[in-house]
Amino acid sequence: MLSREQIEKVASLSRLQLNPQEIEKFSGQIGAIIEYMKVLNSVDTADVEPMIYAVPTHNICREDVRKPSLAHSLALQNAPQSDGNYFVAPTVVEK
Amino acid sequence: MELYRQTINQLQTKITAGEITASDVVASVSKRITEVDAAVEAFITVCADAKANVDNIISRSPLAGMPGAVKDNICTQGIRTTCGSRILENFIPPYNATVVDRLNEAGAVIIGKANQDEFGMGSSTENSGYHITRNPWDLSRVPGGSSGGSAAAVASGQALWALGSDTGGSVRLPAAFCGIVGLKPTYGRVSRYGLVAYASSLDTIGALTRDVYDNALVMNVIAGYDEHDSTSINIPREDYTANIAAGVRGLKIGLPKQYYGEGLSPEVALALEQAIQTYRELGAEIIEVDMPNTDYALSTYYIIATAEASSNLARYDGVSYGLRVEGDNIVDMSEKTREQGFSEEVRRRIMLGTYTLSAGYYDAYYNKALKVRRLIKNDFDAAFKIVDLLLTPVAPTQAFKIGEKTDDPLTMYLSDVCTVTVNLAGVPALSLPCAFANNLPIGMQLIGAPLSEALLLRAGYAFERVSGLANKIAPCGGEQ
Repeated sequence: MLSREQIEKVASLSRLQLNPQEIEKFSGQIGAIIEYMKVLNSVDTADVEPMIYAVPTHNICREDVRKPSLAHSLALQNAPQSDGNYFVAPTVVEK
Repeated sequence: MELYRQTINQLQTKITAGEITASDVVASVSKRITEVDAAVEAFITVCADAKANVDNIISRSPLAGMPGAVKDNICTQGIRTTCGSRILENFIPPYNATVVDRLNEAGAVIIGKANQDEFGMGSSTENSGYHITRNPWDLSRVPGGSSGGSAAAVASGQALWALGSDTGGSVRLPAAFCGIVGLKPTYGRVSRYGLVAYASSLDTIGALTRDVYDNALVMNVIAGYDEHDSTSINIPREDYTANIAAGVRGLKIGLPKQYYGEGLSPEVALALEQAIQTYRELGAEIIEVDMPNTDYALSTYYIIATAEASSNLARYDGVSYGLRVEGDNIVDMSEKTREQGFSEEVRRRIMLGTYTLSAGYYDAYYNKALKVRRLIKNDFDAAFKIVDLLLTPVAPTQAFKIGEKTDDPLTMYLSDVCTVTVNLAGVPALSLPCAFANNLPIGMQLIGAPLSEALLLRAGYAFERVSGLANKIAPCGGEQ
């Protein structure tokens, strides 16, 4: 079980609003999954390097030359709100 | 025989001989969709103009004119791409995924966008924001997931090929549950450009077909380097059909004992035993191998996959595309949008990933999982020093009933126990039918070293030649 406070904090970090029933449901379910994941504590990983990708990758660079890109109108075509030049979102900084 | 019942390879022979045209093939498959998709519900979108496009095809590729389904998390320019989510209900991609561009160049016909678990999160296709897809062998059962629509479409004759994506088994599990062939390529072998991201270090795109040869034909088109995907491997393309009939004599096939534990159903255990015997008779040497870290794979996978998902899905904030639900301010707008647009399972996985990445837990869960991931990879490296291939089940059971596992997420996660290791290690694996029991297919999994797709297809082809299980069309509730 995760506590109500823990679930509410994680929901807030995740930008999710949960109703009271969901908070209760998730605290049990996510708590059980986290408990199951604790099996990893029994593995000795003292000298093991973390593995991010299966294929060794390095910084991928290319020459700084101009290439075709999406037209403005196409980039904005799925926007819930735009003014033709920019995405429009609710005010972030209060006056 | 109706054209929709035939393989790509068979149909191309007839087209070359002038007996039929590509338009006949598309017409037959389209008709099949109108007959059975009401029962199976494999598609989210059926492309009505597919038929009109056939006459303009000039390509001579084996896929030219061949109708197939594309999972709805792969971008198709001008064709709605929902990812199985309501948050992308009206999303029209302004560009094609690289695999779609390649299929178009080869003249392949996209006949529809296939249903899936939302964002690939699920093992049964019950978690789509649109509708569930039914297993065409038994309509009361799931087709597996998350590429359940792709697998059901191919198995029911509504497509000759399909693309799926595989992050933890999402091509291989539905292939097994639906009695068809599914290949999860080496990470980086097939471009991910235009695949909507779930867990970027694990995501791959693979093909689903009704026999092994057809799968090689699709791989010939989709595999290869792409500068738009920085994790794409820059090596030449290859012809996966070239050596496909070379057989398995002298190959060493390993049985990792950890995959043959108590959890296997008697039907699956027996089917695998018979498949092992078949390979012995075909001249392969069977060797038991030990992969001690397999037991930690499921926890490792669900920590890494959900952590990457929580980060990838942050982009659905109601600003640049997808759903927006108005709120009092930008945070409220974003929260309301995500609450309404994401299903419960997606929210659960975002929460899990956010938790394991959050301050105080990062080292205990996420970083720990990355270390165990390397140990799992080391197990594969060690095994492939001894054997050429590994043979395992795809899933511990056959297709389960609709609704059977929806109440307990952890039970659903256990469906992936035989497949997630492969994504963690980044190696390729082929899922193909090895038996039928109770009128339901059973799949087996061949796993190979990185970039051994040709060898996997060759070993699968050798089995298929003697199993009699290639190109089975599911009855969809009607007569076979």
